[in-house]
Amino acid sequence: MARFLARRLLFSLILIVITSSAALLIARLAPGDMTSQLGPFASQVEVESTRTRFNLDRSPISQWGLWIARATRLDFGESFLYNRPVAPLVGRAAANTALLGVVSLLTATLVGLSLGVFTGARSGALPMFVRSVSLVCVSLPPLVTSLLFVFCAARTGWLPAGGMVSSTASNPSWSAWMIDVLWHLPLPVLALSLPMAATFERLQSQSMADAVHQPFVLAAVARGVPASRVLLRHAWPTSLRPICGVYGLAIGALLSGSFIVEFVTAWPGLGRLTFEALRARDVYLVAACAATGAAFLALGTMTGDLLLAAADPRVRQESVG
Amino acid sequence: MRRAAWSLLLLIAIAAAAAPWLAPNPPNQRFDNLLYAPPTPVHLFSDGLRAPFINPWRVVNRLERRFDADTFVHVSLRWFTGGTLVTGEPDAGAPLLLLGADGYGRDIFSRLLFGARATLAVSLVSALLATILGACVGGFAGYTGGWLDGVLSRVSEFVLVLPAIYVALVLRAVLPLVLPPSTVFVLLIGIFTLLGWPIVARGVRAIVLVEREREYALAAHAAGASDSRVLWRHLLPASAGFLQTQASLLVPAFMLGEATLSYVGLGFPNTIPTWGTMLQDASNVALLGDAPWSLAPAVAIFVVVLGVNLLAQSHGRTPVQLEP
Repeated sequence: MARFLARRLLFSLILIVITSSAALLIARLAPGDMTSQLGPFASQVEVESTRTRFNLDRSPISQWGLWIARATRLDFGESFLYNRPVAPLVGRAAANTALLGVVSLLTATLVGLSLGVFTGARSGALPMFVRSVSLVCVSLPPLVTSLLFVFCAARTGWLPAGGMVSSTASNPSWSAWMIDVLWHLPLPVLALSLPMAATFERLQSQSMADAVHQPFVLAAVARGVPASRVLLRHAWPTSLRPICGVYGLAIGALLSGSFIVEFVTAWPGLGRLTFEALRARDVYLVAACAATGAAFLALGTMTGDLLLAAADPRVRQESVG
Repeated sequence: MRRAAWSLLLLIAIAAAAAPWLAPNPPNQRFDNLLYAPPTPVHLFSDGLRAPFINPWRVVNRLERRFDADTFVHVSLRWFTGGTLVTGEPDAGAPLLLLGADGYGRDIFSRLLFGARATLAVSLVSALLATILGACVGGFAGYTGGWLDGVLSRVSEFVLVLPAIYVALVLRAVLPLVLPPSTVFVLLIGIFTLLGWPIVARGVRAIVLVEREREYALAAHAAGASDSRVLWRHLLPASAGFLQTQASLLVPAFMLGEATLSYVGLGFPNTIPTWGTMLQDASNVALLGDAPWSLAPAVAIFVVVLGVNLLAQSHGRTPVQLEP
């Protein structure tokens, strides 16, 4: 187990370093640089001093070398766009994205799996209805759901249509801030988790339908084990394997989806920050965003693998041996 | 279910192909008095049944975007004139706006039809290129093996792990923001092909790896067929089913990619109607509440994705949420 974890951690580290380095170099080599943000009337001296301050006067390779050397001391450079160190900026955005992502993932998992067990094991009018609804929801990408919910919110006024906090509360107490965030959370969470819940429902339904026809389930029924116990203790655990298999991929899709949801609902997360940093050619901010995104991804795939190992003894043995 | 799927997809294809004939107005014509105008209802009754007609919109309050139907003026719809199926009297200030007008006073329904062309062209061409490239590289790597195979597997694993929309975003954002539409077209196809081929290549490689040990491939070898002939005539056809499935999944994914990039302002310029650029109008929350018809492109995207998912379900595969 320790060796497995160590290998995964090493892989994650490599993923983070490669992604952020690539992002830094791409942003650096792209036509134009951040000094164009100073406007067309910026003096030559100002442009030169900005370029020197952000190491843009060095060659890309030496800039990368300096950056990586400082990054090992946890100094990730400064953002030109916000004129402050990158780390707290990205940290806050990452926390917001993580809040959105984790709540969405948990919602999608809970709703999707429970509905999937139900539709997979039963037949009749209600499961059929749930199946059709989830087929429609699978076809609603986050871009469409977020626009749809923002429209509903703007129309009805039941929920705030965007943002993470209301602009009216400038310096609220901690509890007021918390309630404000909780009030803004459902809309993006709903937009992000609806298609994912439907995906989980479809997968769980399929694997549950396969599982209830396995001989050992029949044997359990024949022994006189109560039906609900057969479903939850015998059939369900075996049907979890395919779900855990896609869990790692689902987290990648979650990150992709959260970009557009954040953009549409004005959630101040990593997606929005990355977009702004890229447009402004804010090299260090781009690199830090890429590193954080890669870290999320690595964490996600690791969670997926651990869940898979938990659900399937065969995988557990392979990874240990 | 399969029939429903095909009819949905066929509907979109016909709409795109016949856009110049079906669209009541040119996609870029601006009606200056009709910014954000609501859809014009088509009436059939006015003192009894008569030929379909519309009442033109008159601006009541430009600031609040309020319009009133001028019920005294009946504009009969003109059929089969000027090369279009049906249109109003656009020159007399009474165009037929089936889905209202956007912020520039352009007909949303016409733009939706023309937008289908650009959006579908980008996604179809890139899906085709990605499939071809993926089949070639995957087949070659699976057949020959060696270091190339190793490199390919690593690259495709890496691309599969990365969230596609971020990669597309980085690749697009680092180029100049303002580009001519033809360059954007080629660029988007390039980006999507780059993102799509490893997925195809991985699957083809796995299939070729299995198939090359089968008797018929060995027999072809023994009969003196060259390596390339075995690969092209015997092994790649075995993966045709997989390629079909994969291509049909890539099309909606790329379509969403185009829509997302154009929506955030990194795709086509606003003068080119695509579903993504049209959705930019929906980004104004204050306007969106009063103008549900600006979500029409989102509905069109949903229809295509639903069609593909229904098709997948009818073939017994589990539809999953598409990236991005």
